[in-house]
Amino acid sequence: MSASITPRAFAFPRPATLIGIAILLLFAACAVIPGAIAPYPPDAFDFTALLKPPSWVHPFGTDNFGRDILSRTIWASRIDLQIAIFCTLFPALFGTFVGSVLGYVGGWPDAVFRRIVDVFITIPFLVIVIAIVAVLGPGLLNMYIAVSAVNWIIYARLMRGEVQAQSQRDYAAAGRVMGYGPARIIFRHLLPNAIAPILVYWMTDMALEILLGSSLGYLGLGAQPPESEWGVLIADGKNFMNTAWWMSIFPGIAIVLAGTGFSLVGDGVAGWLRRRQ
Amino acid sequence: MGVLTALGRRLLQVLLTVVIVALLIFGLMRLLPGDPALTLLGDRATDVQIVAMQHKLGLDEPMLFQFGQFLLHTVTLQLGDSITLRVPVSRLIVDGLPITMLLTAMAAILALLMAVPLAFIGALRPNGWADAIIRVIAQISLSMPVFYIGLVLLITLAAGLHLFPVGGIGAGFFEDLYYLFLPAMTLALSLAAVLLRNLRQSLAEVLNAEYVGFAVAKGLPPRLILGRHVLRNAIISTVTLLGLNMGTLVGGAVITESVFAIPGIGRLLIDSIFARDYPVVQGLSMVLAVMVSLVFLLTDTVQALLDPRLAR
Repeated sequence: MSASITPRAFAFPRPATLIGIAILLLFAACAVIPGAIAPYPPDAFDFTALLKPPSWVHPFGTDNFGRDILSRTIWASRIDLQIAIFCTLFPALFGTFVGSVLGYVGGWPDAVFRRIVDVFITIPFLVIVIAIVAVLGPGLLNMYIAVSAVNWIIYARLMRGEVQAQSQRDYAAAGRVMGYGPARIIFRHLLPNAIAPILVYWMTDMALEILLGSSLGYLGLGAQPPESEWGVLIADGKNFMNTAWWMSIFPGIAIVLAGTGFSLVGDGVAGWLRRRQ
Repeated sequence: MGVLTALGRRLLQVLLTVVIVALLIFGLMRLLPGDPALTLLGDRATDVQIVAMQHKLGLDEPMLFQFGQFLLHTVTLQLGDSITLRVPVSRLIVDGLPITMLLTAMAAILALLMAVPLAFIGALRPNGWADAIIRVIAQISLSMPVFYIGLVLLITLAAGLHLFPVGGIGAGFFEDLYYLFLPAMTLALSLAAVLLRNLRQSLAEVLNAEYVGFAVAKGLPPRLILGRHVLRNAIISTVTLLGLNMGTLVGGAVITESVFAIPGIGRLLIDSIFARDYPVVQGLSMVLAVMVSLVFLLTDTVQALLDPRLAR
């Protein structure tokens, strides 16, 4: 009926992407309705079942208070997905905005920004975040602040390069000839053409932030113990490494699975955007 | 000549970067809530004591003067004393730095030993079964946080099979190598995945380059083509990648040292943060920044030596 709808526009996602989507949906379900999925409450003590190895009753085993590891891992998805979103949302939006303005305007603001980038690649990302969290005090909110304060730079750098490349194109010149203002050219014309790498990086970054958030949780700087978070759960198990390996191993598998899910979907988005161009 | 000018310019850039890093650390420590004098003295300090301590720390001087002092002290390695350990920060750094450097160096070497051959296998037969397996393993290892890789190795090889010590370091260099093997492996596994991914890509590009096609057409034996033409270019991208990932490696070392209870500067940093030991945090951040800057500089130098085009 309409010639504009090509089969390619509706191309079915590749199997790897589908697996990624399935993994993310699973975790999303765990985050939204953990109570309906988890077999036990996450904080129910059972002193008759301390440090029990995996079995049909407790598929992931129990911890030193008899709490079910599977249920705790499921409840922890809530915090870890929250980390993935809150650590990337502000950086992605703000970084895109700053990057696109700098990429088009150039000049001294751009020179200043390049210095900032030099500085931030010099101190390891983790060390900056740890230092900021150290000053603000441990906890999830302070972790979000610390990560956001630094992470936008990566998005801005990515966007700056893209916009700079796009602004050399003919259509940008055409816009200028038409007498459009910089704001209109940047946000109506350049941004939609330059946004693809940002979207792809956003997916990768969510995986990275889960790794970072769980690392801070493990060190005791992120989520605080009564909250179940994968890194915190792994840290809880560290002292029982010799006797109860399941305490650390299973929450870690959740991290690997979530990270893989985001990467697979990210690759899928990248492929889809490539094919569209 | 060209190389030297380029290096000089980079050296200036590094210096400027380090000064800005210093400004950042200085600002972070000053502008955020909490009076260092109060932290040093504890909650029960009297006002007179606080004013005296502020004077002693130079906190009553103008900001610009304080910053100048901070820079001067950093350059002359007068980093002050640790609040909790009551020893000069520079002593702590001198004790811990060699361990951390040994750990990161071992990790970098192990990562290269794993990544380079695997990248070659993958790039020579792209999309073959070996390539597929390598890519899946790399993907999994990319999604594993460093501390988790460490714990898995600890649970299996140290606590389970008793092949390696559970943590700490040994006495003497060779025992250190043995004690640091698992931690270095931990770091290497996470780094190797990153290296592998990018190296495979750049190797595939080199293999498709015209001069490789020309070498094949000339009838050169494959071993010579790989060894002389492909490898040289591969080393350049490897060096670049290693340099770019230096920050990640140092960040990973901080965590690894905590997992394996290694007395390097990474664990010192975490411990000092929990103890609110600001002089140590300040000094260590500076040292880490200078270290990474120097590695960047070293990377650039090696790159320029390997590929004169880059010296511009």
